[in-house]
Amino acid sequence: MPVIFEKSVPGRRGVRLPESDVPVSSRIDARYARSTELDLCELSELDVVRHFTDLSRKNYGVDTNFYPLGSCTMKYNPKVCEDIARLDGFSLLHPLLPQLRRGGLLTQGALAVVYELEQLLCEITGMDAFTLQPLAGAHGELTGIMLVAAYQKHKKNKKSEILIPDEAHGTNPSSVATAGYSVRVVPTNRETGSIDLSALESVMGEQTAALMLTNPNTLGIFISDIEKISALAKAYDCLMYYDGANLNAVLGRFRPGDALFDIVHVNLHKTFGTPHGGGGPGSGPVGVKQHLAKFLPISRVIKRDDNTYALNYNYPDSIGYVAPFYGNFAVCLKAYAYILSLGAEGLRRVSANAVLNANYILHSLKKDYHTPYPDGCMHEFVLSARNQTKKGVRAVDIAKALIDEGFHPPTIYFPLIVKEALMIEPTETENKETLDSFIEAMIRIAKKAETCPEELHAAPLSTPVGRLNETKAAKDMDLCY
Amino acid sequence: MIPDNCKYTETHEWIKIEGTLAAVGVTDHAQDALGDITFVELPRPGTIVKKGQACALVESVKAVSDIYAPISGEIAEINRSLEDAPEKINEDPHGNGWILKLKDFDEHELSGLMEAEAYKEFLESEE
Amino acid sequence: MTYIANTDEQRKEMLKRCGVSSVEKFFAVIPASLQPKSFSIPQGRSELEVHSFFKKLANQNYYNLISFLGGGYYDHFIPSAVDAIVERSEFYTAYTPYQPELSQGTLQAMYEYQTHICRLTDMEVANASLYDGGTALYEAFQMAIALTGRRKVVVDGGVSPIYRKMIYSYATNLSVDFRETVVIHGQTDRERLFNLIDDSTAAVITQNPNFFGAIDDHSDIVQRCHDNGALALQSVNPIACAILKTPGDMGFDIVTGEGQPLGIPLSFGGPYLGFMAVRKKLVRKMPGRIVGRTVDTKNKEGFVLTLQAREQHIRREKATSNICTNQALCALRAHVYLSLLGTDGLREVAQLCLDKAEYAKERLKAIPGIEVIDSPPTFNEFSVRLPMDAGECVGQMIEKGFAAGFPLGRYYSGMEDFLLVAVTEKRTKYEIGQFAEALEDVVCR
Repeated sequence: MPVIFEKSVPGRRGVRLPESDVPVSSRIDARYARSTELDLCELSELDVVRHFTDLSRKNYGVDTNFYPLGSCTMKYNPKVCEDIARLDGFSLLHPLLPQLRRGGLLTQGALAVVYELEQLLCEITGMDAFTLQPLAGAHGELTGIMLVAAYQKHKKNKKSEILIPDEAHGTNPSSVATAGYSVRVVPTNRETGSIDLSALESVMGEQTAALMLTNPNTLGIFISDIEKISALAKAYDCLMYYDGANLNAVLGRFRPGDALFDIVHVNLHKTFGTPHGGGGPGSGPVGVKQHLAKFLPISRVIKRDDNTYALNYNYPDSIGYVAPFYGNFAVCLKAYAYILSLGAEGLRRVSANAVLNANYILHSLKKDYHTPYPDGCMHEFVLSARNQTKKGVRAVDIAKALIDEGFHPPTIYFPLIVKEALMIEPTETENKETLDSFIEAMIRIAKKAETCPEELHAAPLSTPVGRLNETKAAKDMDLCY
Repeated sequence: MIPDNCKYTETHEWIKIEGTLAAVGVTDHAQDALGDITFVELPRPGTIVKKGQACALVESVKAVSDIYAPISGEIAEINRSLEDAPEKINEDPHGNGWILKLKDFDEHELSGLMEAEAYKEFLESEE
Repeated sequence: MTYIANTDEQRKEMLKRCGVSSVEKFFAVIPASLQPKSFSIPQGRSELEVHSFFKKLANQNYYNLISFLGGGYYDHFIPSAVDAIVERSEFYTAYTPYQPELSQGTLQAMYEYQTHICRLTDMEVANASLYDGGTALYEAFQMAIALTGRRKVVVDGGVSPIYRKMIYSYATNLSVDFRETVVIHGQTDRERLFNLIDDSTAAVITQNPNFFGAIDDHSDIVQRCHDNGALALQSVNPIACAILKTPGDMGFDIVTGEGQPLGIPLSFGGPYLGFMAVRKKLVRKMPGRIVGRTVDTKNKEGFVLTLQAREQHIRREKATSNICTNQALCALRAHVYLSLLGTDGLREVAQLCLDKAEYAKERLKAIPGIEVIDSPPTFNEFSVRLPMDAGECVGQMIEKGFAAGFPLGRYYSGMEDFLLVAVTEKRTKYEIGQFAEALEDVVCR
């Protein structure tokens, strides 16, 4: 399909603007004016609409079909949340308004959203204070580590390292490195699927600034000795950081704050149902315990005695600004609507069904696929294509074959500690018929791996393009038309 | 393939003495694990490197790998043809796919490296 | 209101397959001591109730002020087709295109977006988005530090103070040596800036138009950077690029900016769009996702994420950046906006902003006591000096129904009587006239 620039016809016009109604016609001084040609495209509105409609039909979202991408929580995005974000009272609001004199009074509704969502997130995670500024999960991780640094500096501790388990998501070590600390990897006990306690004890020391954990972890295993780990960390004034990517598994049943985590981040586009957008925008709010609250980014929203909301900048120990304003506000708004829709019972039902759905698939597939942890899981689990590789079929082949079966593949080749991994997270919004359909497809593929592996190597055949030459892409570097 | 006339590191580099120079590259195992190599970042000739120091970079579609100097020395020559044809490393990792050559190196440091047989066992143990 | 389909019956069947009697058994791994100490979330509500609740909250916000407020974020016209296209759920309920065969829509759109950014800025390669203009600037100087091995970063005082606060916050634990210059009469103080550029400089950062709305040609600054082996970085307004000398033309190495003006609603601060474009030779150090064109096994053209080995999911602690989720849907909005306006349309928007801003200057010049800063030339934003505190003036103008502008004293000490006024294509001659009259009233009272 041609790129949009190829469809351009000189002289064609799209959207029109009103004629200028002011009696001024200015010229930019030649020194400062654009001297190179501006060559965008020239299309009619229908041309543009058809082009993007066609593109959308080559795409696949949660609304299309099952999307079991492990670690991403691809749950249904409620449409009422989309409508709410589009309300003029929110979408037309300039972020500088509350910074003007009497400006706070103009934005009470928006400030209320920020404040009240922070309170709800505190209650859901067991933390004392939140910031909505981080603009994505990885950004939340970076913010969290900046808070660790502020705390350690404040206590005049000489800390240089942050501990991360080997099953961690890549954003963990890269966030740590971005924040100026060095990473030390702690192995997972392959038997239990949980972080190796003795290995942790041997590397934890005076130089450890923080330990970053996801619970349940990326293998879908709940780390039960979390209290022991917290105690160990406390002994060295090592902060406990909770990566909330897997919060969907434990909503209403476990709060990181109760387990003595000092800092958490949550992913609103995962757990709280805001859309993934083809790769964003997301939102990664960060919560802390009281002893870290003074370091949170500014501005913060406060609620005054008369129940009005205001911006407060008076936090001299704050780490400053990680976003230009109050966070990805429209995303936060959707998450707030989601939480109010579900309520306490609804949130508990999310974790119950998410975990049930994952276990249902696990127990249905463990005969045909090697499962490192077959006894059970939380909201996601990992399969390995180990049995299939004996016939030359790899995780990538299984994934591509699933596409021909009408499904989006699970996450592949992650976590790194399982060879030929397929990480499956169904989420709670999938119905049993879909899960059964997926299970049947996976079993069909397992059989094909035995009898006709070449078919799997050729997949996918039903899509607009087949497997793409990534080597050529990297070497040619055609990145701009 | 693991030629006998080379020595090997645990990070999958090979080193071969060629008179006063020592040629360095990555092993067949390494190029296979990396997949199609799309880019090589070579050091500048004249650079002094220490044993174990990252001195070059090899990039494939799915990984980026540092090349660590098996012994200390000075970069004497680099294989510039890899800039246009990085796939030589996949095609001929011990021949045309050589990456750099060291001079003024310490021969004694070679004794800490693995012989072909030992490297073969090392690979088997990693499985 | 929940979105769970399965019935109790179905759950019973599923539990049987799992060999447990109840869902609670799955949570037995959670120690009793870690049961939530509290979970007082209000009871769930129906869709109607939720919608009502938020409608009330939205109505508490004053979004109908006639706006002359800018500061890097502008009230521009967004064509209806942008929402209509972006609301297609195949676009917004998808995730990152890790499986390219299923995501040619997103991938091709991002390739086209990258192309749009390159053409706007006259640069060679762009990425598929960063969070916003401020974090993009942070990523840019991190690139410069990695590329040069130097630690000094010179920041012009005309660069948005909002961005400057952000980059200083990020760099707290990194040993970056920041030097700032001041702006003299709205433009970069060349002498002071040049004195700071030497062989320990990693990067110099400027902005065009700068925070005061002033436009300039920074080619001489770029030359000075390159003479000293430093990288030149510029943050730009994408609409201004339609009629102003481009950063690519000036010779900049890395260009960043805020894409909000391109069809993205103000939305009280986000989500926005950070764009970045670089010289091709720097592409391997560029953060963020990049889409490339290639072919499939049958030689059919297709698009993939490329150079992924630089990114966090592969390179981990040695990645070019930790970014994972970016602002893809906002990038799509910007791309659709640019496609709908086209070459002439975007030029028209830019020209209208310029003309209306100039007209506003004319009207304000006529007000006794007000000094319009007319030099250096500006684009869609300019400063005026008031015979009173600008913050107080803005407060009074709000009561008259106007968001009159931004009091510069908030960020620049000594400028408490300066007001930054922005004018976009949405402001009519009538509104500008009303604004001038109201301002005269406040100032001359």
